[in-house]
Amino acid sequence: MDTQLKRGLLDVCVLAAIKGEDSYGYKIIKDLSPYIRLSESTLYTILKRLESAKMLTVRNVEHDGRLRKYYHITENGLRRIDEFKDEWKEIFAIYQFITKEENENGEK
Amino acid sequence: MGKSEFLEKLRLRLSGIPQIDADERVSFYSEMIDDRIEEGLTEEQAVNELGSIDEIVSQILSEVPLTTIVREKVKKNYTLRAWGILLIVLGSPIWLSLLVALFAVIISVYAAIWSVIVALWAVELSFVLGALCGVFGLGFFSVQGAIISAVSMLGAGLLLVGLAIFGFFGCKYLTIGTMRATKWVLIRIKSWFVKREAV
Repeated sequence: MDTQLKRGLLDVCVLAAIKGEDSYGYKIIKDLSPYIRLSESTLYTILKRLESAKMLTVRNVEHDGRLRKYYHITENGLRRIDEFKDEWKEIFAIYQFITKEENENGEK
Repeated sequence: MGKSEFLEKLRLRLSGIPQIDADERVSFYSEMIDDRIEEGLTEEQAVNELGSIDEIVSQILSEVPLTTIVREKVKKNYTLRAWGILLIVLGSPIWLSLLVALFAVIISVYAAIWSVIVALWAVELSFVLGALCGVFGLGFFSVQGAIISAVSMLGAGLLLVGLAIFGFFGCKYLTIGTMRATKWVLIRIKSWFVKREAV
C-alpha cells in the first residue's frame, strides 16, 4: 500500500481505538490486530505524532505497582475521525469511477 | 533474553538519539513487556514477541532525522579542554577548508551520478521525438510520393520506438535504484554515528 495513504489510515485507526474509552499501548495493538498488524515502534511514532498534533493527551496511571500510559482522545482527534469519514466518501466515489472505467473497457 | 537484558541492550543501542527520547522509547517497550506478562506470557515469550533488537533499532533510526542524531553526537563531545579549543581555532584554516572540500567532492559526485541519469532521460526523450519525426516523415514523403524515403522513415521510426521502450525501462530502474541507494546510504550513515556511540 502507498506509504502516505497507509500513514493516514493508521493514524485514524489508533484514534478509533481510543475513541470509546481511554486505552494503553498494548491494548491498542491487540484491538487493532484483527484489522491491521502494528509493530510497537510504529505505534510509538503514531502516538507521538498524534500527541504533538493535539489529537490525544497522555496520562500516567499507576497499575499493579508500575506506571502505564493511557491515551485520551481530544476534540481535534474526534474531528479527525469525522474528516476521515468524509474523505473516505470521496475516495469511494473515485474508486467507483475507476472501476466503472475498467468495466466499460472490459466490455468493448 | 529476559526483560532487563532486552531493555539494557536497547538502551545501549539507542545512545545516539537524544536521551529523553531514548528513555521514553525504552519505558514504552518496558510497558509493552509488562502488559504481555500480565496476560500470562513468560518474560522470554513477551520479549520474543517484540521482534529482534536489530529490527527495532533500525526502524527507530529510520524515523529519527539524521540532523537530530548528528546534533546529539556533537553535543556529547563538547567537553573540550582549553588547548583543544585553541588548536581547533588555530587549525581552522586547514581543517575547515578540507571539510568544505570533502563535502564539495561528495556533493559533486552525487550530482554527477544524477546528471548521468538526467542525460539518459534526455537521450530517451530524443528517441521519442525521433520516433514522432519518423511518423511525420512517413506522412510527408508518402504525400509527395517518395516511396523509398517514406519506407526508410517508417523503418527509422520503428527502430526509435523500440529503443524508446527499452530506454524507458532502463532509465526508470536506474532512477529508482539510485533513490534506493541514497536512502540506504543515509541509513548506514545514521547507524554509523549510533554504533560508534554504543561501543
